[in-house]
Amino acid sequence: MDAFLTPLFTGISIGSVLLLAALGLTLTFGQMGVINMAHGEFIMAGAYTAFLVQAIVPDDLSLLVALPVGFVVGGLMGLLLEATVIRWMYHRPLDTLLVTFGVGLILQQLARDIFGAPAKQVRSPGWLSGQVDILGYQWPVSRLFITALALVAVGLLTAALTYSSLGRSIRATVQNRDLAETLGVSTRRADRTTFFIGSGLAGIAGVVLTLVGSTGPNLGTSYIIDVFLVVVAGGIGQIRGTVIAAFGLGIVQSFLVQATNGSVAKALIFVLIFLFLQVRPQGLFAVRTRSLV
Amino acid sequence: MNRSTLSRVSAPAWRNAAGIALIAVLLFAVAPAVLSPFRLDLLAKYLCWAIVAVGIGLAWGRGGMLVLGQGVFFGLGAYAMAFHLKLEQAGPGGVPDFMGLYAGGQMPGWWEPFRSGPFTLLVILVLPPLVAAIVGYAVLKRRVKGAYFAILSQALAAAFAILLIGQIKVTGGFNGLNNFTTFFGYNLFLPENRLMLFQICSTILVLSLVLMALLYTSRFGELLIASRDAEERVRFLGTDPANVKLVAFVIAAFLAGIGGAMFVPVVGIVSPSNVDAVASIGLIAGAALGGRAALFGPAVGAVAVGFAQSRLSETFPGAWSYFQGALFVFIILLLPGGLASLTEKIGGLRRRRSPARPTQVEVAA
Repeated sequence: MDAFLTPLFTGISIGSVLLLAALGLTLTFGQMGVINMAHGEFIMAGAYTAFLVQAIVPDDLSLLVALPVGFVVGGLMGLLLEATVIRWMYHRPLDTLLVTFGVGLILQQLARDIFGAPAKQVRSPGWLSGQVDILGYQWPVSRLFITALALVAVGLLTAALTYSSLGRSIRATVQNRDLAETLGVSTRRADRTTFFIGSGLAGIAGVVLTLVGSTGPNLGTSYIIDVFLVVVAGGIGQIRGTVIAAFGLGIVQSFLVQATNGSVAKALIFVLIFLFLQVRPQGLFAVRTRSLV
Repeated sequence: MNRSTLSRVSAPAWRNAAGIALIAVLLFAVAPAVLSPFRLDLLAKYLCWAIVAVGIGLAWGRGGMLVLGQGVFFGLGAYAMAFHLKLEQAGPGGVPDFMGLYAGGQMPGWWEPFRSGPFTLLVILVLPPLVAAIVGYAVLKRRVKGAYFAILSQALAAAFAILLIGQIKVTGGFNGLNNFTTFFGYNLFLPENRLMLFQICSTILVLSLVLMALLYTSRFGELLIASRDAEERVRFLGTDPANVKLVAFVIAAFLAGIGGAMFVPVVGIVSPSNVDAVASIGLIAGAALGGRAALFGPAVGAVAVGFAQSRLSETFPGAWSYFQGALFVFIILLLPGGLASLTEKIGGLRRRRSPARPTQVEVAA
């Protein structure tokens, strides 16, 4: 039983982290056809935010403070990136990839210069230190917290996109930018909002990542490709696809790690996604209304 | 993609020939005369990148495929060469030194053929294009393109690097392979042999430029640009653009493999950090700077980027990251055609007098 449950639970918690990180990316990717490689560095910024917040706020509260602060920090970085670089590059998705990769390099070096190259450790709050018994398996509370948080984020985002007027204008912009504009939707405002929320989610992902690992300048680089694969496999701009792909990738990966080893599992995952895209080139769920160049 | 920023017709043949002749003179006559052996060695390293960049120019500049996984093909060529050089160093029947450290002195059987020089050369010339053909066929035939293609090729590089790090017993893991002493019997420490390496790299680069000049002016070159700018129309006219792109992708991989193979004796080390996703994107930098669609842009840009990297990391460690980052932002944002498009732009501005916006021609997906 353990041979099945252990990788399953590990996979779910890997998937939750991937989900948090991919949720923001799929939003910005789907919205504007912008491939934001600096998304990984926004995650890193969120992690450093948690580290800094901890220096001021007592341990038990610091995580709860860091989550909204991380959201705002990531969001503001996203807004800044959108305003300075990305707004000039709509409809050039491949070029945005390279430009934001450049921005990511700069942010990484900035982090290295400010915080130093060695990884920083963020202490988990006491109330997350226990373990919970699920199906006879001791499961860390911190992992459950991450999963819950990821699901809450999905719920809130879905609700905001479905029911708020802002969400409606975002969806209208995704589906048909020109028509939305004709109907009086401010697509500029929709773009900026999307980027703020999407990048903010990266910040939250970063804060959460401090619960499972240490914080270093390369944090973003180590996650970004997995996150991109989740977005691509799920179908760009599709939240339900992203949820399924994130958990799917996390679970399959942890089973593969158990069956082989870390590096072979990584290569196999790539092969699997590759084969999957042979069957469904547009991911699990395709956006039919607009095509990416 | 903004069509007006990338060249659509090739330069006249005499200009290509003159340019290649000039580069050949610079590489074979001028560089050895004016550069110290140390600088010449560095230039040889940049030339290896330039060979890769020429291929990137074909696939990305002309074919519109953002190839972020060239590190894989570079790595296949490099590691094949490194296997041979390690075995050469170990001597007949010997086992490479690092295997004593990680693998208890046991050498896997599939290493044995790499003792043979001709076999190694065959692997270097055949394996990267073969892998590219398989991967490219699967991806391009399914019409995976644009962003998906870029992300997949990048993930390929990441998976490859992780695999190399994981298989420490045969690849030296994170540290890679180094401490080579000979190159097909030639002592790697003798100055005349270093010069020979430089000349080999120069020859390969000049030959690859000749190949590109011929390709670009051929019907294939026109079809490739057509596939980049109006894929659907090419399809309607009865040619499968996937085939055209596939050929370009395979040639790019072929050049990347050769560049990687020469990198090993020239630099003396190959490690996963030379082939991973970040290194793969780094290979793009040269082509972007010089001008991805121009004949000489990628090669010249790659040498310039290599030179800047050495200079900047010699003087200010850490500054290189800022520079490389800024390079991507400014070149792609402001000058997508690279330095090669600068003359055209200046001419265009002068003609029009008013700095009007260039016409944005969107490509129908």
